[in-house]
Amino acid sequence: MDKTVAVVGGGVAGLAAAAALNQLGYRVLLYEKEAFTGGNVRNWDRLFPKARNAREVVDELASSLTGLTEIATGTFVNSVKSTDGLFEIESSGRPAYADAVLLTTGFELFDARKKEEYGYGIFENVITSADLEKMFASSGKPLMADGSEPKKVAFIHCVGSRDEKVNKPYCSKVCCVTAVKQAVEVREALPECEVYNFYMDLRMFGTGYEQLYKEAQVKGVNFIRGRLSEANETRTHQVMIKAEDTLVSRPLQITVDLVVLMVGMSPAGSTMTILKSLGLLGNEDGFAGIANAHTGSTLTLKKGVFVAGACSGPANITDSVNEARAAALRIHQYLGGV
Amino acid sequence: MKQEGKRSIWNDYQKEIADDKFYYVRSCIRQNFFPGSETAFLKILREVLEKDVFDDRHHTTCTGIGYHAEVVPLETTMTVVGRNFALMKEAGYQNYVPSCVTSFGIYTEILDSWHHFPEVEARARENLDKATGRTFEIPGNLAHTSDIIFKFRNEIAAKAKYMLVNKTTGKPLRVVDHIGCHYAKMFPQKGIGGAEYPYVLAGMVEAWGGEVIDYPERRHCCGFGFRQYLVKANRGYSISCSKKKFESMEPEKPDFIIANCPGCAYFLDRWQYALAEMEGKTYGEDGHGIPSLTYEEVAGLVLGFDPWELGLQLHQVPVESLLKKMGVAYDPESKFRGANGEDLGQPESPLNLKFYE
Amino acid sequence: MADFGYSLVKSGKTDLDTAGNALARSVSEAEPGFNLCIACGCCVATCSAGRFTNFGFRELIHRIKRGEEKLMIAEAEKCMLCGKCTLVCPRNINTRNIVLLIRKHAIIKGL
Repeated sequence: MDKTVAVVGGGVAGLAAAAALNQLGYRVLLYEKEAFTGGNVRNWDRLFPKARNAREVVDELASSLTGLTEIATGTFVNSVKSTDGLFEIESSGRPAYADAVLLTTGFELFDARKKEEYGYGIFENVITSADLEKMFASSGKPLMADGSEPKKVAFIHCVGSRDEKVNKPYCSKVCCVTAVKQAVEVREALPECEVYNFYMDLRMFGTGYEQLYKEAQVKGVNFIRGRLSEANETRTHQVMIKAEDTLVSRPLQITVDLVVLMVGMSPAGSTMTILKSLGLLGNEDGFAGIANAHTGSTLTLKKGVFVAGACSGPANITDSVNEARAAALRIHQYLGGV
Repeated sequence: MKQEGKRSIWNDYQKEIADDKFYYVRSCIRQNFFPGSETAFLKILREVLEKDVFDDRHHTTCTGIGYHAEVVPLETTMTVVGRNFALMKEAGYQNYVPSCVTSFGIYTEILDSWHHFPEVEARARENLDKATGRTFEIPGNLAHTSDIIFKFRNEIAAKAKYMLVNKTTGKPLRVVDHIGCHYAKMFPQKGIGGAEYPYVLAGMVEAWGGEVIDYPERRHCCGFGFRQYLVKANRGYSISCSKKKFESMEPEKPDFIIANCPGCAYFLDRWQYALAEMEGKTYGEDGHGIPSLTYEEVAGLVLGFDPWELGLQLHQVPVESLLKKMGVAYDPESKFRGANGEDLGQPESPLNLKFYE
Repeated sequence: MADFGYSLVKSGKTDLDTAGNALARSVSEAEPGFNLCIACGCCVATCSAGRFTNFGFRELIHRIKRGEEKLMIAEAEKCMLCGKCTLVCPRNINTRNIVLLIRKHAIIKGL
């Protein structure tokens, strides 16, 4: 068999799909715009629900690739053209052809500066969940801008999710459990540090997530049901935040040393560009459109074009990897392997 | 505070402001609150910047106070606004410049409504035609008077006689900028710098040598609110809002407050007196209050206008502390003298707020 | 002081910077279940005392966490200790023990 599949995006979905396609005997051209594969997961320290090292997941997936995968890192795919069932990949690298295309373009983190009232990029001690992961990776604990340890930390859920003001009406699914995971990590790293999580709903849908939430409660994390209306910096560079404590129907304010914004998942810019070049549409949230939600989540409306992972909507690693492997089977079917 | 972050947001909220030929629309209440401000605006534009400003004696209120107090229906407000636009057209102008932030909000909101609902605009046209036989045109440019002063802030700085700098220490004066709610909170893209980090007054303060200070309740309303002050029993709500702001800004030791809304400048001034009398608490240095000025008054001081010609004697919180810091020359004897030198008498000193030195 | 015919309005806001947390601390140390509430409201739905008064266990513990100690100590007196809330609680919180601990704290502290 001498068929080639182009996989666009070298995150966990792309890696898992490429490995599965290799096992089925296909050549894979794996495109990754960054210098390394691993996508967003590469920038994470530990993963929910059991604090597994994120790099370990990426390494495991990457190590199952065979010689049939050619990885083009630092290569940006501009467009894909289809003629008579053959796909021409136009990228910042050399032009190439493939018999099928799998989009695993994933997501970009929501740009927290768009929620101007939270002061990201303006207030010294307002960071994002991704910034906190970097701190965990480098120093094992959260730190304030001046390098000292915080005594009070607030996690703000749903930043760039469930918010029509920034055109993100959907739930990003993983931020709730990430916030709970990070809250537990802060309590473990700095036992004297008070932690407050401001949430609207706690969507603990996955195996082990609810247990993690209870663990956070046991470890003394405070949960306040209310969305932040604004944040302001005090003269000592602390952050005063305001919300409604909806469970007691009253406005509430607290001054904390560090605010962590749980940034949601936004569609990767390249997803729409590539879809458009193929004459395909995105869904109402700007992610890749799929054939149907129940039995066709890896199919698009164009034969030979498949999707997997967070490029079609917020997804955790488990679902992304599963979807990638499911997509590999669908591609196998399409290329006449079954 | 990361200044570059703020500047990047300021860059996102630029707006077009006309350069000349302004149709000036007065505030209902400013002439009573701070009578020198509107006069100073006209003098700065006409004499200092040599611009064409038409001050039309025929224009009326925008009905904002009545509208927000729910005694004037929106349809009436739209018709009255239409009439003011018609007067501008008849006078041959296109650039509408209201002096009041509430009015600016009313005009912005109505223009936006008409843009989205042309049938509503058509009805306003019909009503105006029936009532007055007039027709209007949508303004070519709508800008608040503070936008205009902002636009020419560097020209004013170039002609400055005094800067917002403490003459004794050489340090920039510390200034609290307060933006009226209806300036940008309803339509952030219509305000310079947006709603969260407005730049309209901060830009003036910077250009004139001062330092803008931030404090946690910076975005909070001054408490003015028509329903709050019109009904006496509700004024407790109004003064409590102002108190919250004073408590929050006090540790920053501001030299003065600059505001762009008629109500804000007034209430941030007068409530300091009321709080001092009700609670014995003052927020400035040594029993004094924090002077609260309009941006035209500040521009006037920078340009070297006489403080009493600017009407600064009508402030409840005395402004002499600021005049001394800036090194402004003034005659204490003529503070309470009329334009013709007549002695107007001296106000009684409040119990707790230092009024005389 | 002057009376102008209006008075300052006390803020109804919860200020966690100044709120007292002695009661919440002492109860949660003795009964860790205090932190496990997920605000489902089962306890309030089944409450015998709540049928006759506006007493509710969920609100009681949330308001203690927000520092309303005095008010909630009085509020806890309304509980009849029937234990129906313990039966329905999905987190299996020992609700009766929490009410008893609130009363104990009040007695020890002379509140």
